[in-house]
Amino acid sequence: MFDVKKASARFGRRFFARSGAAAAALGLLALAASAPAAEPPIKIGVIGEASAVAGASITKAAQMAADDINAHGGVLGRQVEVVIYDDHSSAADAVRAFQRAADEDKVSAVVASYISEVALAIEPWSGRLKMPFITPGAASTDISKHVHDDYAQYKYTFHGWMTSAFIAQSICDFEHDMIVKDFHAKSTVVMSEDAAWTTPLDAQYLSCLPKAGLKVLDHIRFNPDTTDFTPIFNKIEGEHPDVITTGISHVGVQPTVQWHDQHVPIAMVGQSSQATTSTFWKDTNGNAEGVITASAAAPGVAITPTTVSFTEAYIKRFGDSPAYDGYTTYDDIHIIADAIKRAGGTDPDKMVDAMEKTNYVGTIGTVQFYGKSDEYTHAIKYGPGLVTGVVLQWQNGKQVTVWPRDKANAKIQFPTFIKSPHA
Amino acid sequence: MTGLQILIDGFAISALYALAAVGFTLIFGVSGFLNLAPGGIMLVAALIGWWAAGTLGLGVYPGTLVGVLAGVATAYLTYFLVVRPIQRSRKIPREETEIFVLTGTLLWGIMIQGAMAFIFSDNPVTMRPLIGGVANIFGVRTPWNEIMIAALCWIVIGLLWLLINRTPVGKSMLAASINPRGLTLLGFDLSRIYLLVWSIYGVLAGGAGVLLASFLGVGTANAGQLTASAFSIVVLGGLGSVTGSLIAAFVVGYLETVTAYLINPTLRPIPALLLLVVVVYLRPQGLLGRR
Repeated sequence: MFDVKKASARFGRRFFARSGAAAAALGLLALAASAPAAEPPIKIGVIGEASAVAGASITKAAQMAADDINAHGGVLGRQVEVVIYDDHSSAADAVRAFQRAADEDKVSAVVASYISEVALAIEPWSGRLKMPFITPGAASTDISKHVHDDYAQYKYTFHGWMTSAFIAQSICDFEHDMIVKDFHAKSTVVMSEDAAWTTPLDAQYLSCLPKAGLKVLDHIRFNPDTTDFTPIFNKIEGEHPDVITTGISHVGVQPTVQWHDQHVPIAMVGQSSQATTSTFWKDTNGNAEGVITASAAAPGVAITPTTVSFTEAYIKRFGDSPAYDGYTTYDDIHIIADAIKRAGGTDPDKMVDAMEKTNYVGTIGTVQFYGKSDEYTHAIKYGPGLVTGVVLQWQNGKQVTVWPRDKANAKIQFPTFIKSPHA
Repeated sequence: MTGLQILIDGFAISALYALAAVGFTLIFGVSGFLNLAPGGIMLVAALIGWWAAGTLGLGVYPGTLVGVLAGVATAYLTYFLVVRPIQRSRKIPREETEIFVLTGTLLWGIMIQGAMAFIFSDNPVTMRPLIGGVANIFGVRTPWNEIMIAALCWIVIGLLWLLINRTPVGKSMLAASINPRGLTLLGFDLSRIYLLVWSIYGVLAGGAGVLLASFLGVGTANAGQLTASAFSIVVLGGLGSVTGSLIAAFVVGYLETVTAYLINPTLRPIPALLLLVVVVYLRPQGLLGRR
């Protein structure tokens, strides 16, 4: 036991006074140092595909969103920290990244991928690990159907972009409004890659295109590994449609360049995800001229008050315009932060409740999610006043917006080798 | 009409396959080693060519040249960093050197693919056409570029044939493929011959890569498939036989094209692979193989 008498005999009485004072001073210092100690940051895991043009937009936009939130004071006094993973376009790698994010890096939410196969692989894990998860770019309707069919298990999953069904519907609406009305087109061939997101896309196309005024002459689904599209274009040309309706994302450069080089005389309209980014012009050496694609937003068009400033800030920081999922990721990170604020913390169930009540004006429109009783539970609500996306066309190296009419800043123009549709 | 389209399309694809396969078979013929790097070399040539033509602003023709040079550089790197150290290693038993070269070049090819994807993204790139516009061949609309690519491939193959059969340098290469030891006894420097072969290989594979980028586009995801195609063509034609490779390139090229047009584009690679299985089963040395 500590013998004060012996100790004071050895060290002297003043020793205790001095050491006591020193200890007290140290204690005060320690207290002072720890008093403004920040609470731990809120971590959000972001799984993107660094080597893919669309996948890289996700991680970049996420970083921008976090920086913007922190510049405005963070969330509940805490900084937002983005933890980035690369899934190499592999569902297996994405699941491992998701598990690491949840178990080791202890994130509060995950934003992942534009590939439907990846999002669908992660979805059951968001249920098992009770980790709120939102995909900013995948499109398969199965993502939200699963939530509807087994709400208790899958409620942690949110679909932060339009489902394939709504993408197809928006393209049908556009084709009805413009391709049929202004260009008097009467028939089309649907050409899409064989992937998880195009199965519901094509199903919706086949149902809404006739209602839009276009007879569907053929429905071609090609292997996403296709490199030579000549036989496909050849076949389509033989059927004499007025327009080709596309559903491509995994491919983009090759079919577009070959379409141009071979002077296929039929316009391509629809969803071409790669064509939504500004690097597409360079990648195709300008052969993108005349290609029409749906997207979340386009440069220069103010869908909401924040769209244009976000686009410009992104271009300034990264050099290229955001792909469609850059806009959605930026919004989705804000939506998560907003939900955490309303939930008062990062408890997963409370976050889910808060996210369901989202009414957020982002860069792509006003974001609300469908509810338990709707068919596409936790998908973004589609419609005027909410989110409809825009349709853009590449003209002279720039993306111009052609639809909806009230947001359009240019008229549709086709290259000279296009013979149909003709105005 | 479709028949003529198939004829023309198949010819262009086959010519490209022939260019890549001939280089591949040359390496095997002279050095006795199979390598799995051709896809990687074609990829680098295509990407660097695109980058030089567009981003650096050099234009199509200089860009193409830069691409081919990049292909040659990659071939040299493959030889000096991967193949030669394995060939000369004292630690690897002689019987296993081939397997090590195969594995080493396979891994090297994967590394190239990963590095290129990191630098350029996995989006395919295309070279601008060397000649623009379309021609009308008896009613079939064919891009002039496609015709020119086929012509270029044949010119290069023709030059190669002249080199091998009519020049002293080429004849020493031929001799090296038949009996390397005999050649060294006659005072020829085998290592210089290897260097020459790898240079030619770089030019052929690099050229094929750049031309393929101009015709269809090339991306990092294609690298593995290109190697597999080149490999199966060379095995079909007979390892080491240049004529065999040429014939096999056309067989495979046309089989693929006919399948894509008449059956289904998705099933394109399958008949060629089935043929490969049949040939290897019935005649393992390939159509015209010697070993």
